[in-house]
Amino acid sequence: MSTSGASPFGVPSKVRIVNVVEAVELRRTYKTTTGTIRRRSLEVEAVRGVSFSIAEGELFGLLGPNGAGKTTTIKMLITLLIPTSGEARVLGHDVVKDARWVRERIGYVFGGDRGLYERLSAMDNLRYFAELYGVEPKGQRARIDELLELVGLKGREKERVEGYSRGMRQRLHIARGLLHDPPVVFLDEPTIGVDPVGARELRATIASLTASGKTVLLTTHYMFEADALCDRIAVIANGEIVAQGTPRELKAGVADGSVVEVEVFGVEERSVERLRELAGVRAVTVEDREQKQLLIVQTAPGLELTHAILSQLDGVSVGRVSSREPTLEDAYVALVTAA
Amino acid sequence: MLQALRVIRIGWLLQLKTMARSGFDILTVIVTPITYASIAFFLYRRGGGAETLLWVSLGAAFMGLWASTLWGAGNNIQRQRSQQTLEFAIAAPTPFLVSLIGTSLASSTVGLYSLVATLAWGRLLFDVPLELEHPILFALSLPAAVLSLALLGIVMAATLILYRYAWALANMLEYPVWLAAGLLAPIALLPGWVHPISYALAPTWGAKAVRESVLGGSPLIAIGVCLALAAIYLVIGFFFVQNFERLARQRATLALS
Repeated sequence: MSTSGASPFGVPSKVRIVNVVEAVELRRTYKTTTGTIRRRSLEVEAVRGVSFSIAEGELFGLLGPNGAGKTTTIKMLITLLIPTSGEARVLGHDVVKDARWVRERIGYVFGGDRGLYERLSAMDNLRYFAELYGVEPKGQRARIDELLELVGLKGREKERVEGYSRGMRQRLHIARGLLHDPPVVFLDEPTIGVDPVGARELRATIASLTASGKTVLLTTHYMFEADALCDRIAVIANGEIVAQGTPRELKAGVADGSVVEVEVFGVEERSVERLRELAGVRAVTVEDREQKQLLIVQTAPGLELTHAILSQLDGVSVGRVSSREPTLEDAYVALVTAA
Repeated sequence: MLQALRVIRIGWLLQLKTMARSGFDILTVIVTPITYASIAFFLYRRGGGAETLLWVSLGAAFMGLWASTLWGAGNNIQRQRSQQTLEFAIAAPTPFLVSLIGTSLASSTVGLYSLVATLAWGRLLFDVPLELEHPILFALSLPAAVLSLALLGIVMAATLILYRYAWALANMLEYPVWLAAGLLAPIALLPGWVHPISYALAPTWGAKAVRESVLGGSPLIAIGVCLALAAIYLVIGFFFVQNFERLARQRATLALS
């Protein structure tokens, strides 16, 4: 962290926080139990020494499969979970010691359709959170109207949330997270389950946040989303960060190889395993596409493995075969598979 | 301070709105006090005179008030946890205790209906007389009782922040408190070891204040104890919320998953 120049909200004007969000060796362990009569206590390490920093005005992506530790990391940063060890700071303040200070200056949006008062209208939800976040009563109505306009819920604000579609709920979440105009915003899979048009509109809203000077931490499963929005990305797998850099840098990690895509019908796991063991194969993923599957095989540079791949699929009905340049998704798959 | 009052006001208003929009909540609120009142009247009408019936009637009203407070306190946190708003409310900069006060007051306010319904039910069906000995003190005793019950509700709700299944324990407290607070039978009939528990409970003093303002006596003392207990519950509630919230963040019990 260094100082000088302009500042985000709530920070003395002569102080400029370069790293708005900092995680240093963050760890989080959960205790759980198994069994009914003979109960056994287990410790699950959800986050294992995660470190990263986010600069002012940056849109930073945290990518990882389900259970990788993304949400746990975000929950520690937004003061909902206390780290087992390590440190986290937002705008230079410790998230455990100065929880209230941090809470006043952050906004967060969780994906999914929960987290709203179902029996109340969108307007009531926003009014309640506006009071909880100390939004000035005089400007409250105008701020709520502005946000309803931003997220496209103007005209629907008096309807009960229980009748809202998933996309509408998600947009209401974003409005709620921005009520107090926080300089730092945490978005945990904000477009999950939203239809393509709605997701595109949400992405435009997210992009506008950094355009207005906010610092954003975004988690998503959608690689194209991260590629399009994020300035930098950290890939997290099994609670550890396995790569960090700009989308271009991450892609460069696998750019020297190539990708072979094979359409198959009813491929078995043992055939996929055989492909994974093939010399020169970096990663294999299977995507289900109605009656068929798409095998995505990442290969090392300078190797022509199409023939070898097909020979491992002996007995499997094969459709279209093609090869292409690696994408960010391929980089992500390679990183997560290797972890 | 003004900000806290605004949060309490909107929390109270929106909790009432939430309850008014649930058929189940409305049914519970309407039917429960009438059922309690009927049971109490049938128990006492053979042996008791008019004054005894009014005494019992006010006790039954407090049974409804206590049930509403207890149910509201438990249900509010459980509902917030299941609809995943608990984390959002706790991670807001306003201390969670303040938002709890608003929602708990709403449950006790709804419980006031049980007082009106019980007295009206007794008057219409069981000829229970309704004459107020101290009308002004009666008007004072009601908000004092509601406040003390609401703040006792907060103490119970605070435990639910940490313990996900504490609502089951909270529900079990409904009947013992009826007995301990002397709502159906005088405290003097209870064993001596129960008395300290009785005197620590808001329903004991709330019912005493209301009964003495209706039937005659010195309700000011009971009103004063209600307010003193409210202050004590507030301090305990503050301590509980503060510590249980921190422990819940340590143990990750705020969310369901």
